[in-house]
Amino acid sequence: MTPFVRHRGKATALPRRDVDTDQIIPKQFLKGVERTGFGASLFFDWRADPDFELNRPEAQGATILVTGPNFGCGSSREHAVWALAQYGFRAIIAPSFADIFLANCYRNGVLPVQLPAADVDTLIRRTTGGSYEIAVDLEQCVVSDDRGFSARFSPEPYGRELLLRGLDEISRTLLEEPSIAAYERSHA
Amino acid sequence: MTRTLFDRVWDAHVVRELADGVSLLYVDLHLVHEVTSPQAFAGLRREKRTVRRPELTLATVDHNVPTGDRSLPIADAIAARQVDALGTNAQEFGIELFGIDSPGQGIVHVIGPELGATQPGMLIVCGDSHTATHGAFGAFALGIGTSEVEHVLATQCIVLKKPRNLEARISGSLEPGVGAKDLILALIGKIGTAGATGHVIEYTGDAVRALSMEERMTVCNMSIEAGARAGMIAPDEVTFGYVEGRPRAPSGPAWTRAVERWQTFRSDPTARYDAHVSLDAGKVGPQVTWGTTPGMVADISARVPDPAQLASESDRQAAARALEYMGLVPGTPLAGIPIDRVFLGSCTNARIEDLRTAANVVRGRHVSARVRAMVVPGSQRVKAQAEREGLDRVFREAGFEWRNAGCSMCLGMNADVLGAGERCAATSNRNFEGRQGRGGRTHLMSPAMAAAAAIEGHLVDVRGW
Repeated sequence: MTPFVRHRGKATALPRRDVDTDQIIPKQFLKGVERTGFGASLFFDWRADPDFELNRPEAQGATILVTGPNFGCGSSREHAVWALAQYGFRAIIAPSFADIFLANCYRNGVLPVQLPAADVDTLIRRTTGGSYEIAVDLEQCVVSDDRGFSARFSPEPYGRELLLRGLDEISRTLLEEPSIAAYERSHA
Repeated sequence: MTRTLFDRVWDAHVVRELADGVSLLYVDLHLVHEVTSPQAFAGLRREKRTVRRPELTLATVDHNVPTGDRSLPIADAIAARQVDALGTNAQEFGIELFGIDSPGQGIVHVIGPELGATQPGMLIVCGDSHTATHGAFGAFALGIGTSEVEHVLATQCIVLKKPRNLEARISGSLEPGVGAKDLILALIGKIGTAGATGHVIEYTGDAVRALSMEERMTVCNMSIEAGARAGMIAPDEVTFGYVEGRPRAPSGPAWTRAVERWQTFRSDPTARYDAHVSLDAGKVGPQVTWGTTPGMVADISARVPDPAQLASESDRQAAARALEYMGLVPGTPLAGIPIDRVFLGSCTNARIEDLRTAANVVRGRHVSARVRAMVVPGSQRVKAQAEREGLDRVFREAGFEWRNAGCSMCLGMNADVLGAGERCAATSNRNFEGRQGRGGRTHLMSPAMAAAAAIEGHLVDVRGW
């Protein structure tokens, strides 16, 4: 997995709450057996609308998505995170995330940043004034822009470590083999 | 120190604490299906890893399988490839598979309990958010992503930060015509779709104790729709009675020992929860969703809400957008909204009791001429049981299609989909935009309510029947 330490990029907003994983990647794209090829299908149904936020010229090339609360709710499909990552998003900023989506982000090099709703509103407003860049630093746990915005965030420590080091979680857990084997012996 | 049911199940599975609140936990049962597993098996193969405990892993095909004639090949070539891939993976890695031709095939959350593989006190995972269903047995059961599926296959363990614990106390008794689906929809309506995010819900109270095992599964199934990591109900005699004698349940002296252990999985009377919510079952009427999240729900006697009357700007925007998608006008009585389709199925409501309830509503009546209605049993065993009881005849004579088991139109991955603009009374769990087909409009409700809607051709209060 590609490590995530810090990233600066163009931000775009999707000011909706409860964006579910069925919207992020509809079911007809879940039939494959590969982890690739999902970027073009991101928000497939919504993108049929020419006015949809991501279709606007100013949203092109964005790598940071700023959105509403409970982002990623619903189905556990990791394809949702694959689609966001393959479309080009490195970080998602929202007031809250669904639990399974959050776990999937940490395992795919996508940083979920949880900020208070008022801060998210500020960032959303700033995306509407033309090209707007946000910097996210996972080492310092700070989100900032060139207009004086700066806020700390609190990622889950384990998820942060996975992202910072680009860890293969399975290799990490296999180092715990003595503990796993001991658990199995005591529960045989 | 006092502990909750969840604390006890969690503690029993800790292999090692890794860091503050994060533990490596041992998984007792890993359920696998065709859609969220192929990339996980590919990862194992690429890294030359094996499945650590294939005997604790169970696979079936449910999400994308056709529910029509099973003697025909799967028409959708891409879906067929995914189904074949699970067959190859199960064989290569030594995992038992209930394939498309198996009498044990069915929705993964229906067959686990049916086999007696789901047992109290277990830690159960599956690459599917409705894994919460199994919590009805007092298991800690949660949905995971494909990377975690690969991790569990390789290590039989999962890394989790311990969720907080929310008690949902449901007291009182249900009115006739009101059921488990109405309880859980009413609860989601009360706390919202993110009301339990970061929490495991334990359902307590006399109304929960009074539920059958299958009704408890309906309640726990939709915990994820309130944002919860899992839902749980402490096991009792109802639970043990359901598990006893099933193919994978312990028997003889092992059964006695198991029940003794299972009885310890309960919350201490003075146990502390992080949050509480309560609901009076006696005040819950039949529930129907009007919007595009399960939290957009109301009593059937209510009217479509007016977004302008809602408290926050965010609520107003979300409701206005939902009503536009649903093609509904504020103030319209919910009872009377015409429907085009009825879907009786899904891991929420396609077990034998659900089918009996619906059959009792439609017996001797006929589906409205404007409605296409289908019954998709939760498993082939449920289907066979229903046929032994003659329920298939009741449904067919009433004008329902009687199909084979699968997830079907709950998520519309197979050919069972709504057309754009079609309105459906569904017993499933999600009314998201496009969930049942692009442009399709879903109203969630109980099996009794969906059955009554099929007959009338519009949403109707089943209590008036």
